[in-house]
Formats: sequence, structure tokens, C-alpha cells
Amino acid sequence: MAGTALLGRLTWLVAEVTETVTETPRVRTLILDVDGWPGHRAGQHVDVRLTAEDGYQAERSYSLASAPEDPPALTVERLDDGEVSPYLVDEVVPGDRFELRGPVGGYFVWDADALPEPLLLVAGGSGVVPLMAMLRHRAAAGSTVPAKLLYSSRTYEEVIYREELERLDGRGDGLEIVHTLTRAQPPGWTGHAGRVDVDLLREVSFPARRAPRVFVCGPTSFVEAVAEGLVSLGHRPGRIRTERFGGT
Amino acid sequence: MPFDPAFRFNAACKTHTVGIISRGFRGRGRGDDSGRLPPGQYATDDFPVLSAGPTPHTPLDEWTFTIEGGAEPVRWTWDEFRTLPTETVTKDIHCVTKWSKFDTDWEGVSVDALLESVDHDRAYAVAFCDGGYTTNLPVEDLTGGKAWVAFAYDGEPLEPEHGGPARLLVPHLYFWKSAKWVRGLSLRDEDEPGFWETNGYHNYGDPWREQRYWGD
Repeated sequence: MAGTALLGRLTWLVAEVTETVTETPRVRTLILDVDGWPGHRAGQHVDVRLTAEDGYQAERSYSLASAPEDPPALTVERLDDGEVSPYLVDEVVPGDRFELRGPVGGYFVWDADALPEPLLLVAGGSGVVPLMAMLRHRAAAGSTVPAKLLYSSRTYEEVIYREELERLDGRGDGLEIVHTLTRAQPPGWTGHAGRVDVDLLREVSFPARRAPRVFVCGPTSFVEAVAEGLVSLGHRPGRIRTERFGGT
Repeated sequence: MPFDPAFRFNAACKTHTVGIISRGFRGRGRGDDSGRLPPGQYATDDFPVLSAGPTPHTPLDEWTFTIEGGAEPVRWTWDEFRTLPTETVTKDIHCVTKWSKFDTDWEGVSVDALLESVDHDRAYAVAFCDGGYTTNLPVEDLTGGKAWVAFAYDGEPLEPEHGGPARLLVPHLYFWKSAKWVRGLSLRDEDEPGFWETNGYHNYGDPWREQRYWGD
């Protein structure tokens, strides 16, 4: 059936970091070479397992940032009280290895071939990561499906993938990217300011009658507000797919 | 001894017990000797939210709870449901996304109490919910004091984002089985995988056997 993603048992694979990209002061991308990688769909995630010298292990889940057409990549935000993210953001260097299991998830995914409806992506902070996989996939597949990304960040410096998003926006292939900065705006900022609310959603999203596929990812409060706003604008709840992180 | 990642990698491959050493990773989660943390989980004090779609908001005067698949369908309104005997339980909960939360306090109606009104001999159940979510469980995992329809958390009415007005509570399985916004149970003879169970997640979901995904 559509939506199924895995068939066999998911075994632990060895991932070697081939390249790291500093996205913001708190966010880094790890590009991986995974022996036996089965490929993935845009929006899926993986489980990462780190093992210390004494055998202690810690597992976390991270969204895949790369297009299915590219090697797997994770974009990780450092949580200051975190156990795994500070290691992945601050410690890892190319050549390091850890274990990985996946890809996982068959619901929060977008396939360029399968879904012709307009694509509406709404991201809060590092919630942009699985949505970036969708935009990279859209570009790599040559899709011209009308697409919009509404991306909320705290400050300009915290916009993940900023330059690549500008390039994608400039391709003229039917993608429009709208930023809003909630905490501070640089001089000359021409984007939006403040949190995503119903008015901003009404202004920048596709109207409900165009029945877009909607993917929303971010902190819980952000996802709650955006999903409720979209429902109030007439979008069918069943077309709004959400992924959330963070405590309440 | 000089650090030799290749040596350790090869050693780990032979044993299949310990993964490859992640250079420089120390971690800090040791010290949980309570035996309460299932494999691959970490303890948190937060209560993260995971839902596949928008949070439904069903008014209490429109809310019902229905058990289908018995001799007759049995249905409670919210007021009728709240006249049923309740239990207060303190449980550890385990989410498949890796967090566990200890000693969570719930109040709810046991599924045993609900099923007292239902004449059936079915082996499986599908919980159905506002928003279209479903999850499947064997009836024996819902009975014998193992499952509740919970309407309060930490002494307060259950918040919508955590599944209010009522959610299933089946703490011995991964928490996606504890369906939010639950509106009823469909009893049946055959097992029928629910929402996450058809999207790559394990059909049963025992955290102590780390049954996260298909094939685990």
C-alpha cells in the first residue's frame, strides 16, 4: 500500500561521516557514507546509536536532510542539555563512525512522482530539516509542482540552509519561500516579522480550495498553532501532516 | 594503547553485542540502575507531544465512547462515561521516539470496567479516534488491569494536545498504542494493523523487547 516504507528487519548499519557543514552556530549537517544504505524517501528519519568506550549506548532519532537522490545526511541542532546532539554538533569530524538504523517512517513523506497537488511546507526552527529533504527532492526530481515554504526562525543567523534556500527560491520552478523572524530582524529585512499566525498563513499559503499537501514540522507549540490555523482556514485535517519535537 | 578505531570496529562486528565505539563519545545516562529504562530509551522529565496531524477538539457534549464487535454495540456519552468507577494509576511510559517518563499519574476508567458491559469473545481490538487515528492491540493487553481510558493527567483534565478529553493508556506497550482522542474500540477476531503499524512500526510494540519497527 502507499505509505509503507519498510519491508525487512531494520538492522544497525555503520555510518561514516564524510563531510560536515556548519549551518548555524548551533546546527551542523553530517553527510554520511552508510554501507548497505537502502535509500530513503524525503521526510523519513533514522535512529542513531552512539557507543562509548565502556559500552554505554545512547540512541536518538534524527530527520534525514538530504534528497533521496543524494547520500544520507543528518542536520542536528545542539540542545544544550542534550546527551547526543552536542557530540554530533561539536565533536564529530570526518572519518568518525557511528551506528544508524533506518530509514523509518512512511507517513510524513513526500514523493515527487506520487503527489501532484501543491505542496505547502511550514517549518519552525530545525523543523525545516525533513521539509528541506522534500525541497531538495523536488529540485533533484525536476518537479514543478507548485510549492511554498513558510519558515519561521528566531533570528537571521539561525536560518538553517539560508543560502541554499535562496538558490532554490531563484530557480523559477514554482517554489516560493517566505521567511519570518520572530525575535530580531536585521536592518533592511524585507521578510515577515513575528510568529506564524492565521493572518500570515492566509497571506502566504495556498488557499484550501487548491487542496495542497501540507507538512508542518517544528516545536509542539508551533505545530499546534499552525495546524489549528490551517484548519480554521478550511484545510482538511486529513491533508495536514505534522511532526513535532520538544517538550511542552 | 593507541586508539585504533578499526580494531574496535572489527571486534564489534564479530560479537554483534556492542556497537562500534563512537570516538570521544562519553554519554552521561549511566546510573539508571533501577531497571526501569527499556533498551534504547532515555529518561526525560518533559512530556513531548507526537501526533500525525492537527489536534482535534471534540466538545464533551458530542463525545461518545463506543465498543463495537460484541453482541450489541455499547455506547457511553461523556456524562455516562464519567459515572463509571475510576482508578488512579502511576505508570512509567515509553515512547518509540526514545524518551521514557517515569511515575506519570493518570486517572481513568479501566478497560476491564468498560468491557463488563460487552458480551464478546473477540481476541483483537482496534482503537479508533477523532482525527482518524487507529491502533491495534490484542484484547488480552487491554484487560487484566493493564489498560485504561484516561481523562486526567497529573490531577488535571487531560489537555487536547496530550489526547484529551480522553486517551487510551496502555503503559506496558510503546506509547503510540495509548491512542489519543480515543472514541472507541472495535473488537474483532482477526488482528488488523492500525495507523503506525501500517507505516513501518511494530505490530505489537513491547518496549522491553525493543519492538520499534517491522521485523524487530
